[in-house]
Amino acid sequence: MNLSVLETLVRVAWLAGAATFVIGLMRMNSPATARNGNLLSAGGMVLAVAATAVFLAFEPRDTELNVTGWFIVIAGIALGGGLGLYMARTVKMTAMPQLVSLFNAVGGGAAALIAIDDYLRLTAAPSLQINVATVLDILIGSITFTGSLIASGKLMGLRITPSRPVTIPGGQLVTAALALIVVAGAIYLWIPNLSIPVMLLILAAALVFGVTMTLPIGGADMPVVISLLNSFTGTAVAMAGFVLDNPVLIIAGALVGASGAILTKLMADAMNRSVLNIMIGGFGGGEGTVGAAGGPGGSVRELGVDDAAIQLAYASSVIVVPGYGLAVAQAQHAVRELAELLETRGVDVKYAIHPVAGRMPGHMNVLLAEANVPYPQLKEMEEINPEFDRTDVALVVGANDVTNPAARRPGSPVSGMPILDVDHAKSIIVIKRSMGRGYAGIDNELYVNPKTGMLFADAKAGLSDLVSAVKAL
Amino acid sequence: MNAELFTALTIFVLAILCGFAVISKVPATLHTPLMSGANSIHGIVLVGSMFIAIESDNPAAYALSFIAVAFSTMNVVGGYVVTDRMLQMFKRRPAAPKAEKAEA
Repeated sequence: MNLSVLETLVRVAWLAGAATFVIGLMRMNSPATARNGNLLSAGGMVLAVAATAVFLAFEPRDTELNVTGWFIVIAGIALGGGLGLYMARTVKMTAMPQLVSLFNAVGGGAAALIAIDDYLRLTAAPSLQINVATVLDILIGSITFTGSLIASGKLMGLRITPSRPVTIPGGQLVTAALALIVVAGAIYLWIPNLSIPVMLLILAAALVFGVTMTLPIGGADMPVVISLLNSFTGTAVAMAGFVLDNPVLIIAGALVGASGAILTKLMADAMNRSVLNIMIGGFGGGEGTVGAAGGPGGSVRELGVDDAAIQLAYASSVIVVPGYGLAVAQAQHAVRELAELLETRGVDVKYAIHPVAGRMPGHMNVLLAEANVPYPQLKEMEEINPEFDRTDVALVVGANDVTNPAARRPGSPVSGMPILDVDHAKSIIVIKRSMGRGYAGIDNELYVNPKTGMLFADAKAGLSDLVSAVKAL
Repeated sequence: MNAELFTALTIFVLAILCGFAVISKVPATLHTPLMSGANSIHGIVLVGSMFIAIESDNPAAYALSFIAVAFSTMNVVGGYVVTDRMLQMFKRRPAAPKAEKAEA
């Protein structure tokens, strides 16, 4: 087939856009080029969208210009763009994972809508390949839509979507029933049959499945779930590309589908859990695991601000272990202030970043970078763990499960999860509001370690008090 | 199976392999921005949403495509802007002690 000049140019623009997506992701390899890579990718996106607009405006058609259609495109872009821009610019960095999940939800929703719209236009059952792509697009896109909304709600701590695992009565049966509906419906459509009610039935089952799949998973595992759903959306978009016979959708969708899958596996590996394991049950959901972790003996030693300040100020090396508690208390600036103060006194300060500290891998790095903590001071787990032995004070701020030595033994819900070897430090200071448990819902043996002093305070208030106390020395 | 479908499948498979190859090299510290960046890339679904909007000719199709266009634009714009905000933070580090070139 010969393409018109216009269509050739548009396809070149799409190809260029797809290339920028790949190169953009490659440039995200290193902090130095990452921002540039993202901008390049955004530029490619603008090019691809603009080329599409030109194509739709000038392509020869047998019908008149669709004025309403254009109005919808412009109004939709204005509304969606405005909302997206507003949310992206105003969101607090601590709330960012749920926003990413929300953007993922709408992306998946859009992919599903494309297939639904396409299906409603049909007058006869389509070819098998279109039929398969359409059903998969509706299925995956809808699961992603509701699944990501629930994930986002869980991270926001909404009452209808609590972050703890929610058990659905007869959960396995519901899942099996939904799967049966989808499989039977898909086979019926692929035979082939053209049936809008069956398509809507698959849609409804997929929407419900997204909810029942995500609700039982605990908040701690949400990053993995969001990443998996991100991969799903990519796949749904690639399917939409098959439905519309559009190469740029296929390339970009497949690229994200693959990247999301890799990222999901990396995150699950960091928690020493399999993706399947996470998707099947909430953290510690297995029978009897919580009981097995029971009662570490020993008592808790409470530490005053002045004592803690003296320990820190006269140490020669301090490792700060930040966790999500630091992020929710917005204490990243306070911790940086304390670290700088200690450095002026000649203390060597480093930060130990657990792969899943915060809410997503790398989330803690973002939060600390926001507070101007120098990037070279942020150390990853493998790099910092051997250093705890030589460290005078480990300062744990709002981190819990990732420091629990119980993970080294079998029989605990956190067993096998890689942890920071905080207990190897010569002394340990834990800033924490209460003896409350982390996401895993178990006691942290670190807190009853004789080397550990507990400073009970809100992360931000505790750090500010420490700053004043160190200054007063 | 026709030639066009086969071409589409070829593109699909190669793009998947490309995604695996590119992503596996990203350091853990950049995983969150990366997830967000990948998230904005699937906003390309906007191109598809524009096609269905222009081909619409009845109220139901108009409604569906309007939501699709608004959703996908939100994905694109929000995704890129929030990713940029995250990445911006890795760059600026004034005052703090100079340590040239991280372990890049």
